[in-house]
Amino acid sequence: MGFDFNVLWQYKELLLHGLMVSFQLTLVAIAGGIVLGTFLALMRMSRLRVLSALAGLYVNFLRSLPLILVIFWFYVLAPKIVGHPIDAYSSVLITFILFEAAYYCEIIRAGISSVKRGQVQAGLAMGLTHLNMMRYVVLPQAFRNMLPVLLTQSIIMFQDTSIVYIVGVRDFLTTADVVANSTNRPIELYTTVAVTYLVICFAASRLVGRLQRSYAL
Amino acid sequence: MNYSWDWGLLFREPYVGWIASGFATTCILATYAWLIAFSVGSVIGVFRTLDNKILSTIGTVYVEIFRNIPLLAQMFIWYFVIPELLPHDAQIYVKRGMPNPQFWTAVVALGLYTASRVAEQVRSGIQSIPSGQRAAALAMGFTSTQVYRYVLLPIGFRTVIPSLTNDFLGVFKNSSLALTLGVMELTATARQIEEYSFQSFEPYAAATVLYSCVTLLAITLMRYLERRTRITGTASAGGQ
Repeated sequence: MGFDFNVLWQYKELLLHGLMVSFQLTLVAIAGGIVLGTFLALMRMSRLRVLSALAGLYVNFLRSLPLILVIFWFYVLAPKIVGHPIDAYSSVLITFILFEAAYYCEIIRAGISSVKRGQVQAGLAMGLTHLNMMRYVVLPQAFRNMLPVLLTQSIIMFQDTSIVYIVGVRDFLTTADVVANSTNRPIELYTTVAVTYLVICFAASRLVGRLQRSYAL
Repeated sequence: MNYSWDWGLLFREPYVGWIASGFATTCILATYAWLIAFSVGSVIGVFRTLDNKILSTIGTVYVEIFRNIPLLAQMFIWYFVIPELLPHDAQIYVKRGMPNPQFWTAVVALGLYTASRVAEQVRSGIQSIPSGQRAAALAMGFTSTQVYRYVLLPIGFRTVIPSLTNDFLGVFKNSSLALTLGVMELTATARQIEEYSFQSFEPYAAATVLYSCVTLLAITLMRYLERRTRITGTASAGGQ
């Protein structure tokens, strides 16, 4: 069986578009996940029992489930609640934000806990309100401490976006799969997908490592 | 919302049998994959801490490759690409003779993928041990193998039990990806019941409860194991 990598060139626009969809999904999910995750983390650390219990329940529950199952849930559940069909792309995007927020929450909580107690007391002694103290004193330092872990989680999430294959969203892997089936060239296409992910994720994790060394507090 | 609930569905034939067999498949798949992940991961993790240039390079290359490719892409590679590259006889066996090829492909893919994560935990466990321990063992006349067998591994493994628990739960949850190859594990079963019965909530709810229960059980068991194997006088002894 001969190899024919021409097929890649022939379908380069389709494949590149797929890769862009993967990137887009990742970036929106990171942004949404970090915002929601920060709120969850603040809730979990709140002195109000109800808030921290609710956030804890949400985080632990989602972390105990496979991403695929959550995607199916939302895919089935959301249209019934809203009353009209939701396209697969928006559906998985919202699922990713809700799901990843649970993971980001734990990272952010660890980051906030890493800020020394004295900083909090100093902030409050300066007359800052609790919210301002969080906003100007704790969170900037916390984010700096947790940046490497946040980025590593984001690399994992970039890989996880390939799971949208199961609902047929045309990301990189799904596009390659479609092309592989229509041209009967699975070896070339799946290998290309694997190598592309390998190069991107390897480079990204090297960058994170370098950042970690130069940026640590 | 207009939906007619039918929880009894989960306890009727054939669905109750499907759920049972789907759950069993998930558990068996995850167990086999974990055996591969743990054994390969431990060896690779130890490789990465050795002074031997060749072995430590092998370890690094393994980890970087298996960690940086999405699991789903790895499953496709194992299922669609690797059989084509095998010698003729092996190809015939894999394609025709091998029983349950989807299941075993998923086991291998999931096991080797998770091994890269286990390897990183084992490496960090070994590297967290103060170098004096290794030096002392060598000074006692231990060989390199004995240093690992009697000093580094017993301490290293115990310090990474919490992270290994996470990896085990990762295997358990990621086993759901096997449905892309057509393995009828728990999530696939839930989807199948949905398609047959047109009831969408109940089967997914059943799957959700089963996944959560196993996670809870695993966390409880590992907390117990952690307490039993705690090293006295270390920071982890004070943790919850």
